Amino acid sequence: MNPVFSWNLLADFRHMWAFPFMVNAFRAGVVVAVVAGLMGWFMVLRRQSFAGHTLAVAAFPGAAGATLIGISAAYGYFAFCGAAAVIIAAATRGRRSAGGLAAESALTGTVQALALACGLLFVALYKGFLNGTTALLFGSFLGITAGQVAVLAAAGAAVLAVLAVIGRPLLFASVDPDVAAARGVPVRLLSAAFLVLLGAAVAETAQITGALLVFALLVMPAATAQRLTARPLASVVLTVIIGWAVTWAGLIAAYYSPYPIGFYVTSFAFAVYLAAHIAATARYRRRRHVTLAAVPA
Amino acid sequence: MSIFAHPFMLHAFLAGTAIAAACGLAGYFLVLRAQVFTGDALSHVAFTGALAALAAGIDLRLGLFAATIAVAVGIGVLGTRGRADDVVIGNVFAWILGLGVFFLTLYTTSRSTANGTAGTSVLFGSIFGLSAEQAGIAVAVGAGIVVAVMLIARPLLFASLDEAVAAARGVPVRALGIGFLAIAGATAAEATQAVGALLLLGLLAAPAATAMLLTARPYRGLAISAGLAIAEMWAGLALAYAAPAMPPSFAIIAVAAAVYLAAFTGSRLGRPQAAAQRPPTAVIP
Repeated sequence: MNPVFSWNLLADFRHMWAFPFMVNAFRAGVVVAVVAGLMGWFMVLRRQSFAGHTLAVAAFPGAAGATLIGISAAYGYFAFCGAAAVIIAAATRGRRSAGGLAAESALTGTVQALALACGLLFVALYKGFLNGTTALLFGSFLGITAGQVAVLAAAGAAVLAVLAVIGRPLLFASVDPDVAAARGVPVRLLSAAFLVLLGAAVAETAQITGALLVFALLVMPAATAQRLTARPLASVVLTVIIGWAVTWAGLIAAYYSPYPIGFYVTSFAFAVYLAAHIAATARYRRRRHVTLAAVPA
Repeated sequence: MSIFAHPFMLHAFLAGTAIAAACGLAGYFLVLRAQVFTGDALSHVAFTGALAALAAGIDLRLGLFAATIAVAVGIGVLGTRGRADDVVIGNVFAWILGLGVFFLTLYTTSRSTANGTAGTSVLFGSIFGLSAEQAGIAVAVGAGIVVAVMLIARPLLFASLDEAVAAARGVPVRALGIGFLAIAGATAAEATQAVGALLLLGLLAAPAATAMLLTARPYRGLAISAGLAIAEMWAGLALAYAAPAMPPSFAIIAVAAAVYLAAFTGSRLGRPQAAAQRPPTAVIP
């Protein structure tokens, strides 16, 4: 039996939510969208997409390693994402010059490749695991239990609580690190703390979205929102709304079609980003046009 | 018995050498220009390109090279002066990866002749599975990339180290940036056959980063980067041959990362102050 999408959303939701696993998937989707959206907002603001992506893929060896030694995958996720965050934070501290940027990105790339290579090793050692590899990399929303959602919500709340504490100084340090340092804000400590927190958020998100698609939820809603408005609070709220909307839309689309959720979530998010980009560019052009016209010749 | 008695080892060493040389040279410039993230994006494009070709039923390598070179040129054209914003890159490649998942599903569900492990071998490479013909093509393409990098090395070095001065001296900075990205795209496609789309970043970044830690002179750095990449490739292949439980892609990347770690620790321990003060950029000879 293949369910058919009707445009009556109420009936569709009633139909999908008749299955407990779909209810859990939608709940998990909210948690993941909010946590990834908020952390991603700072990541985009701090221009740390590459580090974020590296932490995201570290989820893959985490899950594969945990499966190999027979413990819960959640431990593996947190261990590997946390370790990658600590390595990047420790190795790049205090290097913010142009040359430092090149060295930092090379280090990040090496960490990322090594993490993925470890994942491959674990998969190879754990024979007969190959079919699960795709699910680990690209995620699966099927079979999420109520217990998993509860753990997810608790971990998400912990990440958000820490973010609430360091949020204000972190915003200051992200926008203007020099002035923040001069005002006594511990910029380097905050930067390291943020990476570790990002690692935790990614470890949590990856359990649902898969290691390769966490990054989409981190970067795309935040980049869209920051393209649309420069005001911090407005763009944070917008980020969460966009993340939430594309995740749920992806779940619905994946439920009613044979294609994977990762494809839908990234496509919807990219469509929104593209629309925002075009709208922002058009607005900028119009404004510049008006300003130029206002100047007397 | 010599390990070269096996034809597959011979093919792996031949193709691996060419691929490593190309990665070492292109990777050095990627690191020097702080464009490693672009290399990361291109590696994911390689996955989607290969899967799209498989789903369409055409030669995998056609999709690989077409996708990576097209996206590389696109990134170069869209970015200012041949360098794109990392948020834009992140958005584009997250979506392209999503497309890759779509093609993977399309391929595994629709084609009756589908090879179930094709997705995995694109992601993680299968250097021991290269045929003589595939190895020959890999060597030819690798040699082409090496020659192309050598040809533009001097102006590209100038443009990478001091863009403004290079532009003022009449160096076509933008065209060079786009041309270099096209070469980097071809390198990513080439390396996908050996270590896979997910791991090729290690081959691009690690030898180059090690070379930068070892010397500040650009030409010496280029040579060290290529030499290290080849040596690490050989060591990895030999290691994987000696321990069959170890996938060759893992062995190659592990050796590359270990050498980088050694150089990194050495530079920190040897000159703790100097290493922190001196930015590891190169000096124009």
